[in-house]
Amino acid sequence: MPIIKIENLKKDYESEGVITNVLRGVDFSMEQGEFVAIMGPSGSGKSTLMHILSFLDKPTSGLYEFEGQDTKDFDKDYLAQLRNERIGFVFQSFNLLARTTVLDNVKLPLIYSNKKDHDNLAKKALADVGLSHRLDFFTNQISGGEKQRVAIARALVCDPAVIFADEPTGNLDSKSGNAVLEILQKLNDRGHTIILVTHEMDTANHAKRIIYIRDGLLVGDEKVLKRTLATSDGELRK
Amino acid sequence: MTIRSLLSRKGRSLLTMLGIVIGVAGVIIIISLGAGAQSLVLGQVNKLGSNLLSIQPGKSDPKGPPAQVYGVVVTTLVESDAEALRSSSQVPHAVGVNGLVRGVGTVVWQNKSTETNFIGTDFGYAQVVNFSMMSGEFISETANSGGAKVAVLGSKVADALFAGTGVDPIGQVIKVRSASQKDAGGIPLRIVGVVAPRGSAFFQDQDDQIFVPLTIAEGQLLGIHYLQMISIKVDSSENVDQTISDVTSVLKTRHRILSDDDIDFTVRNQAAAADILKTITSALSLFLTSMAAISLVVGGVGILNIMLATVAERTREIGLRKAVGATNGMVMRQFLLEAGTLTFIGGAFGIIIGIVLSYLMAVLMRYLGFDWDFVISISSVLVAVGVSILTGVIFGLYPSFKASKLNPIDALRYE
Repeated sequence: MPIIKIENLKKDYESEGVITNVLRGVDFSMEQGEFVAIMGPSGSGKSTLMHILSFLDKPTSGLYEFEGQDTKDFDKDYLAQLRNERIGFVFQSFNLLARTTVLDNVKLPLIYSNKKDHDNLAKKALADVGLSHRLDFFTNQISGGEKQRVAIARALVCDPAVIFADEPTGNLDSKSGNAVLEILQKLNDRGHTIILVTHEMDTANHAKRIIYIRDGLLVGDEKVLKRTLATSDGELRK
Repeated sequence: MTIRSLLSRKGRSLLTMLGIVIGVAGVIIIISLGAGAQSLVLGQVNKLGSNLLSIQPGKSDPKGPPAQVYGVVVTTLVESDAEALRSSSQVPHAVGVNGLVRGVGTVVWQNKSTETNFIGTDFGYAQVVNFSMMSGEFISETANSGGAKVAVLGSKVADALFAGTGVDPIGQVIKVRSASQKDAGGIPLRIVGVVAPRGSAFFQDQDDQIFVPLTIAEGQLLGIHYLQMISIKVDSSENVDQTISDVTSVLKTRHRILSDDDIDFTVRNQAAAADILKTITSALSLFLTSMAAISLVVGGVGILNIMLATVAERTREIGLRKAVGATNGMVMRQFLLEAGTLTFIGGAFGIIIGIVLSYLMAVLMRYLGFDWDFVISISSVLVAVGVSILTGVIFGLYPSFKASKLNPIDALRYE
């Protein structure tokens, strides 16, 4: 059973009476444990597709099945619960809470879940991204690369089915970006399903499969034959 | 989480609270001062004694000032009227009746003299008014009817004349003359008693006065043959109305009055006067409380303003919270809780400040010589806290609702 399955998915936006067809009928499915990069130039509709897949937005028409369930009739509160329990987000601009410690940032999704022992879960997630020594630092006291690793820990903490990473290296230097991609690859090795949205081929090559979006349509879907494996010291593993 | 979020914006949270602090403290201070003023006023009225009626010559509205205020001299109320009112068959519920005149005069003892008020009264004064003797006795029935040349001093007059001399006032002879008898030598009167200090009643010093027999005051000091007032003490408050009508009918018969339009006296009920004063002070403190309540509302608008600014400033945070699983209800609850916490803490500080300031005011009032009570009613505290939390919730409602309705994608993109 595919973890995500969409058929003829469409999304229209209306602004001042003008309708824009952002997604014009996309078909695609992916299995548990995949690492998929969605690629396309800006304005292609890749972000909209990610928002729909991650339950931040709803399609205008078409089918979207998540873990075998049609999502059409899910209400707002259930969508919020799915975002909390089944989805993890990593944003380009980190979106960490200011004036708040690293640990408390990672604990944020737990506040909205019914999981217990928030401290230990958050510490474990931070250990996974190699930030156990930064628990009590405030988010303005750490580097950009560390911020993105905090964001990954926050995405991980509720043990989601799918992690969405929207241009996660876009605001980072190449070394920090590599470290982030290495973590994503390790998580994927451990069985997490990952969807990476990017417009850079170099970044996309870290995934196992690339989907190309252009003008709201899926124009390509291929396996990565020469996968780039990131290392923490910035060297590439082939 | 709420507290942490508020603490991360300390300066702003404090300024927001300030409006509520001032509002709540204002409400508490004003209610406390109102209650203090009320107890002061009622204390002044009740000090003379309860269940008192006073009969004044001349017709006037019982709720307005007496006729004398307008310069009218009415001479129809006389000593025999007081005598008639003592009849237990005609006015059964009167336990004391007292005819009275008053004036301003000078009291001289040896080479000392003092200006004071004199009260010409019969023995009934002791039955009507609450007081006790420091030494000696009050003017007796026989002393009064025999026109004995005696006097009783208020404690301040006794001090003015005898303090430091070591002389017991009892038995000493003073000379008393009224303000209109400037050149006269004065009437020699023997002191038979000194009244214990009484403080003030109706804002008049009850210790700076002397008492002389009615006949002496009328005939020799004032040169008049009528009473300025008759006071009656009624046995219980239920019988006050009955006694008013008894008194009215006795005096109407004696003054041969056929129509109510011709009535030449006014019967006043002291309890009614107290009620009027109570109504006035209540209305005043209600008025002032509503002014303070307006400042609470202004504080609430401050909360509204800051919360709206906070929601705008934290749009990305709200987007993030929604992205990681917060429902609309959870976001709304968070912002409402922040507003409610701000106003609750503000209210708590307001209560403390209000109580402390009220207490200081009470200390100041007592220092200034007022018989002032420090009153903080639980209900005023509860009202202030309730209103402050309610203000936070009501004025926090709209910003919280606005926050909860934000679209997470737009919120995350917000710059």
